[in-house]
Amino acid sequence: MIFTGKVLKYGDNVDTDVIIPARYLNTIDKKELASHCMEDIDKDFTKKVNAGDIMVAGANFGCGSSREHAPIAIKESGISLVIAESFARIFYRNSINIGLAILECPEAAKAICEGDEVEADLDKGIIYDKTTGEKFETKPFPKFIEKIINSGGLVEAIKNGEIK
Amino acid sequence: MSMTMTQKILAAHAGLESVSAGELILVDIDRVLGNDITSPVAIREFNNIGAKEVFDRDKVTMVMDHFAPNKDIKAAVQCKMCRDFCSEKEVTHFYDVGRMGIEHALLPEKGLVVAGDVVIGADSHTCTYGALGAFSTGVGSTDMACGMATGKAWFKVPSAIKFVLTGKLNKHVSGKDVILHIIGKIGVDGALYKSMEFVGEGVKSLTIYDRLTICNMAIEAGAKNGIFEADEEALAYIAEHSSRKPVVYTADADAEYDEVIEIDLSTIKSTVAFPHLPENTRTIDEVGEVVIDQVVIGSCTNGHYKDLEEAAMIIKGKKVAKNVRAIIIPATQDIYLKAMENGLLKIFIEAGCVVSTPTCGPCLGGYMGILAAGERAVATTNRNFVGRMGDVTSEVYLASPAVAAASAIAGKIADPAKV
Repeated sequence: MIFTGKVLKYGDNVDTDVIIPARYLNTIDKKELASHCMEDIDKDFTKKVNAGDIMVAGANFGCGSSREHAPIAIKESGISLVIAESFARIFYRNSINIGLAILECPEAAKAICEGDEVEADLDKGIIYDKTTGEKFETKPFPKFIEKIINSGGLVEAIKNGEIK
Repeated sequence: MSMTMTQKILAAHAGLESVSAGELILVDIDRVLGNDITSPVAIREFNNIGAKEVFDRDKVTMVMDHFAPNKDIKAAVQCKMCRDFCSEKEVTHFYDVGRMGIEHALLPEKGLVVAGDVVIGADSHTCTYGALGAFSTGVGSTDMACGMATGKAWFKVPSAIKFVLTGKLNKHVSGKDVILHIIGKIGVDGALYKSMEFVGEGVKSLTIYDRLTICNMAIEAGAKNGIFEADEEALAYIAEHSSRKPVVYTADADAEYDEVIEIDLSTIKSTVAFPHLPENTRTIDEVGEVVIDQVVIGSCTNGHYKDLEEAAMIIKGKKVAKNVRAIIIPATQDIYLKAMENGLLKIFIEAGCVVSTPTCGPCLGGYMGILAAGERAVATTNRNFVGRMGDVTSEVYLASPAVAAASAIAGKIADPAKV
């Protein structure tokens, strides 16, 4: 799967409380969650973001709470892919489980700047910064995870018998 | 092949002789947990799967604790969704207002976790039960849904950091100070994807409540789980609360660890985590003058009876400072009752504290103690992220019940030994 989009960039330790503040967790409506995405760290996020944009961040992205509302809000806001130096583990598995594309690549996450045009090939683990011409390589997912992603998430993987 | 405690529990639940770090496995789970915030998403996904029944109605648990008693109409709708689901699926362990408590204090108390169990919970602090020698970890709502439907969860087998504890804690120093000290040392991603295994002769000096607090905040170092080997004290606690038989797993003597960190408990001082990360720690003598507006004593981290008792001993006969709103939240109904019977609530109320029904409430900025712009709170909770307890410019300082109680009296962050 190949993603192309403009970059919105954030720092280290972006926690799930700033991705979607708990005061909005009294709903499971995806659109409503997306309307408050990143509100406490970047109040203009929902105005800036366009469908297909790529989020790039530092280390430990998505740390804190297990709220699946966080990757849901990001996905629903139109972000196609999150590239980070590293991901907090619950956010990482939640993203895979709901089908939000993510890539862990410290070099790319450090070098890519806000506003850059980036192309990423998820299957090959290749990230190309079209603005600067730089290319980065990272490990593709293990087979087991690939199965879940290719099924479209964990629920679909169970439905189609990939996981019994 | 030699294994850590965590790896042994996972291997046993995957039906494998042995597992090694990095391996992806599918394990049988002993308990699936959710709360009133994460369960509604899980119920939606459960229905999406097309599942008709939960895999085992005794092994699914839902606790209405985050925004319950319902903070608003939307919260009421979410709790009702959980209530209706549990009623329809005949879920045995559904805990509603009046019978509930904060989930991670409630489950051990109800005997729903024993040593050797694998527990997944759609709440990041599910890692608490490692204190009883279980493998327990936080997951998302989709994992919870699939767990409820199939009784299974996928995991990457974690590597581990071994913490060798020696010595004994000083007066007014507790499990909270130990875990804040550790997070300050290794950072908020210092144990990312890993197990934190606590061993050594110092363990026996820690109460089960110290251990619950330490494992509770393993996630704050990015860990997959925190775990203590179940010793006599843990087994006595389990026997008192559960009729199920625990299974004790001990790490192999030659198990491989990414790192071994030695900690002399007697050197740990009261510790405070400054905004906005739990790793921003300072010992109480380095704190300086920090005037506060609110104190919260409670949460899944520090709402146990022992925590309230520790706070009450400091507050007894004194008054909360004029500039401070002190909020005490017993974590469960049983703790509330015991605190009432033993006179702790009287001590708190006479000092000018408010005592709340069990709820996660202010810890995650839900309700029952939200901060205005620029306000500061000392809290025995677990996170001090931007906006965690209210306005984005408010500040949360994480501390032990003793430091929080002393601060409530002093009106600023204070050393319990000096109040």
